[in-house]
Order: sequence, then structure tokens, then C-alpha cells
Amino acid sequence: MTPEDGPPLHGPDDEGPDDEGPWLRIDRRAMAVAALTAAGLAVGAGVPVLLGITGGALGSAPLWQLLLLPLGAVLLAAGGAGLEYLRWSRTRYRVGARRAELHTGLLLLKRRSLARERIRSVDLTAPPLLRVFGLVKVRIGTGEQLEGGESTLQLHPVSRAEGERLRRLLLDRSGPRTDADADRDGELARLDGRWIRYAPLSFGTLVLAAAAAGGPLQISEWFGAQGALIDWVGDRFRSTAIVWTVLALLVLATAAGTVGALGLWVELWWGYRLTREPGGTLRVRRGLFTTRSLTIEERRLRGVDLVEPLGARLSGAARIDAVATGLRRDSEKNGDGNTLLPVAPKAVADALAAAVLRTPESPTGAPLVRHPRAALGRRLRRALAAALLPLAVLAALAWVFGPPFTGLAVVTALVLLPVAALLARDAYRSLGHALSGGYLVTRSGTLRRSTVALQRSGVIGWTVRQSLFQRRAGLLTLTATTAAGAGGYDIHDADRDEGLAFAATAVPGLLEPFLIPGPPEDTADHPGP
Amino acid sequence: MGDGQRPVRLRPPVHTLDARAVGYWRTLLLLMTVVPVAVLGLLGALIAPARWWLLGPAAAVAAVGLGCALLLPPWWFRTHRWEVTEEAVYVSTGALWRQWRIAPMSRIQTVDTVRGPLERAFRLSTVTVTTASARGALRIEGLDHEVAAELAERLTRITHQTPGDAT
Repeated sequence: MTPEDGPPLHGPDDEGPDDEGPWLRIDRRAMAVAALTAAGLAVGAGVPVLLGITGGALGSAPLWQLLLLPLGAVLLAAGGAGLEYLRWSRTRYRVGARRAELHTGLLLLKRRSLARERIRSVDLTAPPLLRVFGLVKVRIGTGEQLEGGESTLQLHPVSRAEGERLRRLLLDRSGPRTDADADRDGELARLDGRWIRYAPLSFGTLVLAAAAAGGPLQISEWFGAQGALIDWVGDRFRSTAIVWTVLALLVLATAAGTVGALGLWVELWWGYRLTREPGGTLRVRRGLFTTRSLTIEERRLRGVDLVEPLGARLSGAARIDAVATGLRRDSEKNGDGNTLLPVAPKAVADALAAAVLRTPESPTGAPLVRHPRAALGRRLRRALAAALLPLAVLAALAWVFGPPFTGLAVVTALVLLPVAALLARDAYRSLGHALSGGYLVTRSGTLRRSTVALQRSGVIGWTVRQSLFQRRAGLLTLTATTAAGAGGYDIHDADRDEGLAFAATAVPGLLEPFLIPGPPEDTADHPGP
Repeated sequence: MGDGQRPVRLRPPVHTLDARAVGYWRTLLLLMTVVPVAVLGLLGALIAPARWWLLGPAAAVAAVGLGCALLLPPWWFRTHRWEVTEEAVYVSTGALWRQWRIAPMSRIQTVDTVRGPLERAFRLSTVTVTTASARGALRIEGLDHEVAAELAERLTRITHQTPGDAT
């Protein structure tokens, strides 16, 4: 603990003099959770192993082998609970007037303390097991990205009421409030059951379909019955042509993938609500079994990203992601950690973006400046090159082995080349940028089209890139760097003069000192006179 | 914004790197060439049946490496430039893929000076300026080490005077 300088402050909402709030423990029920988790692990890992040992016939195994399983589970559960008891007894936290502190660690005592004014997010997560016990996991973050360690406190677990108390206490900077005030600023969005129709259109469906095909094969292998399964499936289709068999299996896998995608959507988005709370925070609550709560301080919101995966775009729908500083990196990888709105009709998404950004119209809907035709050429060349690679392999095979590959090469060419051209054209049509009020808007992408509206005051630098080809075509790529989200947002292949002028206008005073009027520099290597 | 855009371009930053950077780059490229050439050459000398399959590529790598070491550093020296004004740090890099990076003073978070062993031999330093953006770091490679130290000190002083948390 570092001693605070200055006299102790008595704020309206602190529990006493500066940094002398009571030390609190995490919830005692952590031990029960740990015991159950360990037992679950033992059973989950033990069953396939036991099946492997006994060759899939549980009944034939000697009794002592069968007893191993519950015995191991009990031992592990006791061990888990014991370790958790140690952790529980050595973990304490407190929230003072200025700092939130956590002391923890089994062998090495770890002390972490966050300045309260720097705290930017408090996330509550409750996986099913914690929910059964009425517990939540609390993650308190400052939004700083420090090298070699994140500046977060994690309380795992505390009771739901305590989690809510911490969230209010740490994020509400407008003084103490009662529960009745909590939702005064109102609800911005709520789940509409009809949005589920967009769930199967995601790329996740394909992944789940593949899993549906692979899963039974894997499990049957544990039982040593993989061959039998394949034979059984083969028997069902004995009198059918191979083409129909493949088609039927594909339809089955797709159906399974669709069901999976629907189920996943329900689990992720059940009870979704986006509210604006007192003190200037946005809060997303959702989840069926695992309830999630994401709280973002509006102060660190730098814009929104309107994401349109291909399937959603074709059916006129879009998703809204937050572009905010200090959202966890891992949540960005998972894809839905910073999502403010699941895939919903475009009009709903635009309206929500406007509401979140407090603008009359969503900047993501602003008319965009199109990019020069030369950008289309670059996209076509790149797409065709990507398509020609597999074609070249097939052509080589056809040349060496003859007929079967010749047909395959022709069919592939007939399919791949038009698809590549279409995607390139679509990617070109997606390109655009504009200024809309206080926001810089840039759009790109085809399989995942993304329209980012970034606060102009949130731009903390420019990177201008120009390859040899771009120089000849009079194009350049601009990157507006920012502390939020992906760290930088690109404007691909903009017209050189228009792009530079745009960047200079978007953030006054930053680029201008380095711009000079002048014809295109053919000899870019030579500095001016 | 209309179609009648006045042609504009980014002017090159004022300062060049230290002239010793050319020698440094040349040495670096030669070292990068020598290692694979030596390995291939040694194997070629030892494994008689595959000799020409190994010495051929060795010669090719050596030729390409020598060519690069001869031609690239002077070109890089012309395009790698830097400038620090009261408001911003401005760096240009790259030859075939040109890049211009600008970071305003008020957003600079850290200033690091790094000297690798080879850089030390040439009395050169690399100054890295980071901002709050994950993609916004600026590197000025190949500065005289005294110039680099002075620059780092000046940048640190200016950024300390600037209020705000730079996000």
C-alpha cells in the first residue's frame, strides 16, 4: 500500500476516511464452486479415458476400475476446495475514496491497487455454475494497455448484490444514488426475437456444420466404433447414388449447423438490453446461461463500427461494435466482447448508432466519397491472382494426368473466376470515406464490410502509405491512428490529392504543416529544393 | 470536396539520418547474406552428390545480397527522413512502399532510445516514439547517438509539459 499524500478526504459515498474502507473477502461459496468444477473435470476427462481402457464396454470392466472414477472425482473435488480455501483466505479487497485495492496470491503475495479516477470499466460475468450459487465474477479495468501486465482487478467470485454495488460505486461519478434512479437515462435497445432470423446467416453456421460432421466421428472413435458408424451411414444410403449421398449429408450438416447457430444466438443474446446509465455509461446485459454485463464509460467511446458480414448485408442487416479505448484485447479476438447490438435490421442499427453517439443522424449512414477507378483495378488483380493459384495447381495436374483433372480445372475456373471478379467489384464499391459532423467515416471490406465512424478528436496521428503501384495510379492509403479499438482505421486506395486534403480537413492542424502544393512527385526519392 | 482538387503532396521531412546509416545498412545486409551463403557453401563443399544444387543457390543468394547491399542503402538514405516541430513528429520511411507517419506532440506517451550491438559499432541509435494507439509507433532508425539522446530528451520534456492522458 502506498501512503496517500494530503489530508484524508471525506467524500459523500466513501466508507470512511481515505483508503480506510473495510477489507472485504470474496464470497465463501467459491469453495463449493471450485469443488464442483474439479469434480466435473475429473468426470469429463475420466469417462473417455475409462472408455478407452475398457474398449468401450463399460459393463465388462472390473469393479475397481469403475470405482476409480468417483474416487478420483471426490479426491479432485476435495483438492480443488482446499486450494480454493487457501486462495479465499488470502484474498481481500477494499474500495477506498481514492483507490480500489486487491491483495491475493497463494505463495507470493500480490498487491494491486487502482486509482479510482482511472477505472473505466466494471464487467460482471456469471457462468452457469456461478449463477446457480448467485455469484458473479467482477473485472475492474482502467483501460490502460500496459506492457507485460494488464491493469485489472478480478474478483472471483462475489455475490451478485456485491457485484452490482461495486459497479455502481466505481462507475457512477455523479454521487450516491438509489436503485430507483439506476435506469433513469433509459433503454436504447432491447432484444427483438425476430432478429434470430439473421443468426444462421453468419459464418459461424459453417463452422458449426463442420463440427456437426466431425463431432460424431470423434466421439465414436472414443468408443472404437468409428468404422461401424461409417458403415451404418453407408448402409442408409446403399441404394442411392454417391452424388445424392453427399448432398444429403451436406444438407444434414447444414441443418445441424443452423440449429447450432440458433442455439448459440439464444445463449449469447437472450435478455439483451442496452441502457444508458447515470454518470455517462453504456451498459449491455445479455446471455441465457452465462449472463454477461459490459459497461463502457461514454468518455472513452471514440465511435462505432457498423459491421455487415456478407450474409447479413445481403439480407439488409448489420451489427454495431463499440470503438472504445481500453476494451480488453481478448474480447476483441472473441468477436462479441465489444458488440453493442447483435445483427439487426440496418435501420435499427443506424438508429442505435445515432443514439449511442448522441447525434441526430448516424454518421455511419453519411454519403461517402467514392474512390478512383484505379482502386477497382488493384482489387481485380488481387482477387484474380488469389483465384489463379489453385487453378494453376489444377492445370498442372491436368497437364500431367489428363482427363479427370481437365474437367475439374475447367469447372473450378468457371466458378472461381466470376466469384473473384464479383467480390473484387463489391470490395471496390464498398470503399468510401467522408466527414460527418464530428466524425470521420471510412468503409471497406466485402466478406465483412465495416463502416467505422471515428471521433475526429480521437484521431491521434496519421500514417500515409503508398506503394510503387499506388504512386503510378495516383492512390494512397491513409490510416487514422487512435487509442481505441483496432488502434488505427484505414482508408484504402483513396485519390492522392483528395485523400491528403481529406486527412488535413478531418484533423485540423495535424497534417497541414507537412503538405505543400505541387504536382505528383515522380521522383519521390528526391527531397524538394 | 469536389473533383477539382488542388494537387498536394507531403513534403519530405527536413532532416536526413546520419550518413553512417548507409554503412550500417550495408553491413546489416551483408551479414544477412553471408550467413545463408556460408551454410549453403559449406554443405556444398561437404556433400559431393548435391554440390551444384547447393552452390548454385549460394551463388544466387550472394549475387542478390551483394546487389541489395550496393544499391538499397543509398536509396533508403534518401527516403528515410525525420522532423520534429513544436506540434508533431514527422517521419518518412520505405523505398518501394513509402510511408509517412505523423504523431502530434500532445499524444506521445513514451520515447525510447535503443542501440543494438551493430548500431553501437557505427555510433547510431534508434528512437521509438509510441502513442496510445497500438498501430501508431514511430521509429527513427540510424540517428547519430548524440542526436538521438538529445532528441529523446527534448521529446520527453515537451510531452511532460503537455496535459492530458494522450488518448
